[in-house]
Amino acid sequence: MSPSRLYRDQGVVLRTIRLGEADRIVTLVTPGHGKVRAVAKGVRKTKSRFGSRLEPISHVNLLMYEGRELDIVTQAETLDHFRTIREDLDRMGRAQSLLEAVDQVAQERELSARLYSMLVGALRSLAARDAPLLMGAFFWKLLSSEGAHPLLDHCATCGAPEDLVAFDLVEGGALCRACRRGVPVTPEALALLRRVLGGGLAAALEEPAGPVVAEVEQLATRSLEHHLERRLRTLHVLDRSR
Amino acid sequence: MYAGPVQGLIDELGRLPGVGPKSAQRIAFHLLKLSKEDAQRLSAAINEVKERVSFCRRCFNVAEVAAEGDGDALCELCGDARRDATVVCVVEEPRDIVAVEKTQEFSGRYHVLQGAINPIEGVGPDQLRVRELLSRIEGEGITEVILCTNPNIEGEATAMYLARLLSPLGVKTTRIASGLPVGGDLEYADELTLGRALSGRREVEG
Ligand SMILES: [Zn+2]
Ligand SMILES: [Zn+2]
Repeated sequence: MSPSRLYRDQGVVLRTIRLGEADRIVTLVTPGHGKVRAVAKGVRKTKSRFGSRLEPISHVNLLMYEGRELDIVTQAETLDHFRTIREDLDRMGRAQSLLEAVDQVAQERELSARLYSMLVGALRSLAARDAPLLMGAFFWKLLSSEGAHPLLDHCATCGAPEDLVAFDLVEGGALCRACRRGVPVTPEALALLRRVLGGGLAAALEEPAGPVVAEVEQLATRSLEHHLERRLRTLHVLDRSR
Repeated sequence: MYAGPVQGLIDELGRLPGVGPKSAQRIAFHLLKLSKEDAQRLSAAINEVKERVSFCRRCFNVAEVAAEGDGDALCELCGDARRDATVVCVVEEPRDIVAVEKTQEFSGRYHVLQGAINPIEGVGPDQLRVRELLSRIEGEGITEVILCTNPNIEGEATAMYLARLLSPLGVKTTRIASGLPVGGDLEYADELTLGRALSGRREVEG
């Protein structure tokens, strides 16, 4: 048995559940320790020294004790509390969907520096501006980093470079008219998706809300849910239609 | 896994909030060690509460059932004619009413949502007493709604959701302030709480 060990890392709080009288189990994604589940003692008391620091969405510096199943948060220091997200129902809903997606993808105790920095970047962007494409773009980036990068330039079945009219979740890519199955997709949505995944993300986020953005987001959601083999709860609980 | 009745007890206890499989096992073995009288007192208390207490038909606070089979009780607070019927304080759980009552700062009525919006756990407005709140606004001539849900992410989401729903109804909607706990030191306050305390500051009479 190795003795418990103190460690430092940063993290974003993904979710919390109540534990006992006044504690919570906090799930965080960290760059150095992957997804971590830790007990925050007394955090529900109004005079807790943690205050709001361990609420979902919070970006924190942590000092933790490593435990066998659950770690223990001994100190938490705010890096960013994303107040503009918390005080806007739509942004908060979208942020929770980002957190849920990361929670599903991240593995416990596995390095996840890339996932962590993607999430921090997306939250910063959401805090600065409620870009209509942000959530969809994040889901696509997440899928891509999971190795599920969609085929967008050629038909996923026959390789034809033109007349791509459908998107198949199983094939993970666009299909030509002859091979089409799955869901129909417009050339505009495919073009926007190429920009999102091809290094034009910042510009793509400037895209105003509209049918093309909605199509890319819907396709992202379906693809991610297909990849995770489960539905994203946060998307279906609150009706966030604009 | 244990023999029939013991496992049955562990399973039932494990369904309680905040009780995991290990705690369920610990409580079950504690109950096994109780004297028969102690165990019967516990089960009688559970039975009595199920028979004599229900939820208030108006505000969903706990209410004592006066007569047998009277499922539509009014709670003590709703039955009190001295309370202001035009102001309603919306809380998540009946225990929050107890906390607000202790302040002696509020003399209106309450509405218990029986939970808070928690998208990640799949709890949405449909699982809460939201529709019932809306129908009370017009029916009871309510002019102010105080959103007194917990100052955590679920409570904030619930408050923002309700505020959006209530605004077209022309009812005054307020949210309890966030601030620093009295008796604490400023330097220990978290940034969000202190930030809100600053933006919610009020003028001091000189
Ligand atoms: Zn083809
Ligand atoms: Zn009542």
